[in-house]
Amino acid sequence: MANEKKGVSRRDFLKTTGIATGSIVGGGLIGGLIGYNVNNNGGTALEEKTGNTSKNDISTRGRMFFSNDKDFKILSQATERIFPEDDLGPGAIGLGVPYFIDNRLYGNYGNNSREYMQGPFFAGEATQGYQSKLTRAEIFTQGIQKMESEAESRFDTSFIELDGEQMDEILTDFQKDKIKMTGVSSEFFFKLLRQATLEGAYADPIYNGNNNMDGWRMKGFPGHQAAYINDIEKEKFMKIEPKSINTMH
Amino acid sequence: MVKTLEKVDVVTVGVGWTGGIIGAECAKAGLKVRGLERGNKRGTADYLRVHDEFKYAIRYELMQDLSKETVTFRNNRKMRALPMRQMGSFLLGEGLGGAGTHWNGMTYRFLPYDLEIKSQTEKKYGKNKLSKEYTLQDWGITYGELEPYFDKFEKTIGLSGDNENPFMGERSSDYPTPPMKKTPILKKFETATKKLGYHPYMVPSANLSESYENPDGERIAACQYCGFCERFGCEYGAKSSPEITVVPTAMKTGNYDVRFHSNVTEVLKEGNKVTGVKFIDRQTGEEFIQPAEVVVLTSYVLNNAKLLMVSDIGEQYNPETGRGTLGKNYAYQIGPGSSGFFDEQMNVFMGAGALGMTIDDFNGDNFDHQDLDFIHGASISLAQTGSRPILTNPVPPDVPVWGSEFKKASIENYSRTLSVFGQGASMPHKENFMSLDPDYKDAYGLPLLQITYNFTEQDRNLHKYITDKTESIMKEMGAKTVVPGAPLTDYDIVPYQSTHNTGGTIMGTDPKESVVNNYLQHWDADNLFVVGAGNFPHNSGYNPTGTVGALSYRCAEGIIKYSKNGGSLA
Repeated sequence: MANEKKGVSRRDFLKTTGIATGSIVGGGLIGGLIGYNVNNNGGTALEEKTGNTSKNDISTRGRMFFSNDKDFKILSQATERIFPEDDLGPGAIGLGVPYFIDNRLYGNYGNNSREYMQGPFFAGEATQGYQSKLTRAEIFTQGIQKMESEAESRFDTSFIELDGEQMDEILTDFQKDKIKMTGVSSEFFFKLLRQATLEGAYADPIYNGNNNMDGWRMKGFPGHQAAYINDIEKEKFMKIEPKSINTMH
Repeated sequence: MVKTLEKVDVVTVGVGWTGGIIGAECAKAGLKVRGLERGNKRGTADYLRVHDEFKYAIRYELMQDLSKETVTFRNNRKMRALPMRQMGSFLLGEGLGGAGTHWNGMTYRFLPYDLEIKSQTEKKYGKNKLSKEYTLQDWGITYGELEPYFDKFEKTIGLSGDNENPFMGERSSDYPTPPMKKTPILKKFETATKKLGYHPYMVPSANLSESYENPDGERIAACQYCGFCERFGCEYGAKSSPEITVVPTAMKTGNYDVRFHSNVTEVLKEGNKVTGVKFIDRQTGEEFIQPAEVVVLTSYVLNNAKLLMVSDIGEQYNPETGRGTLGKNYAYQIGPGSSGFFDEQMNVFMGAGALGMTIDDFNGDNFDHQDLDFIHGASISLAQTGSRPILTNPVPPDVPVWGSEFKKASIENYSRTLSVFGQGASMPHKENFMSLDPDYKDAYGLPLLQITYNFTEQDRNLHKYITDKTESIMKEMGAKTVVPGAPLTDYDIVPYQSTHNTGGTIMGTDPKESVVNNYLQHWDADNLFVVGAGNFPHNSGYNPTGTVGALSYRCAEGIIKYSKNGGSLA
């Protein structure tokens, strides 16, 4: 199972990371050479909530996009498999990632407001990138329904009733493009889902994920700090209590 | 219906580095200049909440709105070109300052060799070093001629650097400010490359090591190493950008203004002169004509070429016949590199856009190519730009890319991974070019620009050679696991690689082989200037902005000369 889940060969991995195609740094490469990021573009951040999102104050958080509870639970379970709770700290659900994704889908990101969406549409070659006529909101809706129908046909129950291994089996087939979707590949949907999960885990808490900045705490990233000019020459790794930009008023 | 505005001496299309420099120099010389900028006004006060990776680095807050305009792309002429529906490979700018707002600030001078690459290659290696399919040419200007303009740009931006690079062209003066701080991460690279016999130096940085007042009286603050630079604006005013330097310089002359939300759709030409430009106000949809004595195209590489094409100025390049120059020699860059996984945690989240060290031992013709199957080379660098958590999830290749093992490994390695990367030069090829797309249109009804591009044999050979070098450096730096990049295959427009697109409006000495002369003046209209990285006949192994800045000062001088005397400056 573990091997199955890897899903990408070394070569695919390198290609996806940009090493194969050659990632240059004009813009920041330490992250660019290694990683597995779907290229998400376009929309601006939206619907910023001004209240803080610490554990004591999650009352402002709510769903904007998913009206159906089951759909939201399927999304939640899938993100938790991608980024699970462990001894290091919370997983996607604990970090609020499903709310982050829900809120993003109801806005520029979900509506592809800043992407070129004029036809005609053709599948194209892999080197030509995203060519779907569907918006991200439509892709997520369809993908979640597809996860559910796969669960029903394989295990005769809902996705949210499956055990972890069974969920992984379905998610792995999405990743490996073995699931037939309409107007988009399951591989592309999986990349979106994975990338959105990481965004929700590590974006500033103003976007309703990264609850209590625990994503940053796990990773050792201090978030918004004014300056490192007095520390950058120090040899020792510095653990710094993270700060959100919501501390600026 | 189309409203005609009052005539100005000079109109620039776009207000980034090129438009800002032209604006400042021409306005100081007494010319009335108007900048037409399709995006918003913005400045330091707009960047106070910029420490937001999601908004700026993922959702590209400061960049081009592709719903209005994009490009189409294909790897070769047999493929159907399709639109770049979301940004990836390169990040286009929009708004005051253009891409000069969200650049990293790495500011190099191209090598003397670059400017005379064809004649020097033939002299040293013979006429057949590269096949005829590579449309190599000299730039029509030497390093000695361009040096004063490099000097001027560096003084405008207060460039921070050291004098440790033995391969650099001769300088008429020192860097205006001392180099940035040499951090423990940079020292790892310095020690390793010195041990291997190479010559490391600090990346010349437009994030300044100390506060500075430039010759025009503009103040640039000292960099605070906050780690949010590329893809972001600077909340300290410590990254030299057009909106804190050349734009205010132009404004205070009283001879300059900028009209925002103004998207130019055509350069108007009558006989052998241009008369002005037509633009659409993006807020009202109204069309205007801005008459001008001189028109300067100062938008990005891609739009400069597109505007000439839709205005039918110059002859479109045809790869079948080799005729025509517009759209010719589109080039890019390659990014060979190696990642290294270390045992110790490092302060990777601290940084600055141009904080890094580089070697030029394998750049240009600084090493012998007699027995090599390529020309030119790459700068090889390590940069500490500030690693942020959404985009930095490094895992060794045997680890899955999601699930519990991924979570553990990506968190473990976030602060334990470094990369050594090359910026590999890109030689022009007859099959790599720009033209107008026959099918897809922008929001104003104009055809999209079409890019036909793929990596070539020269790229693959150079890539392999430099990858090996980066691997040996990373090993010497003491990484416990070194992962070299895979061999170069086809160009893919999806993953981010580099916003160093070049060519299409190339410069030279012969109208049959170039679009503009060495004052960046169009061969077909004396009062039309086109300036930017589009003027590069090939791309070098460095970031392009230093050379773009130099060409802009050269161009400004040409416009002022033309305004006095008229005629061709060639």
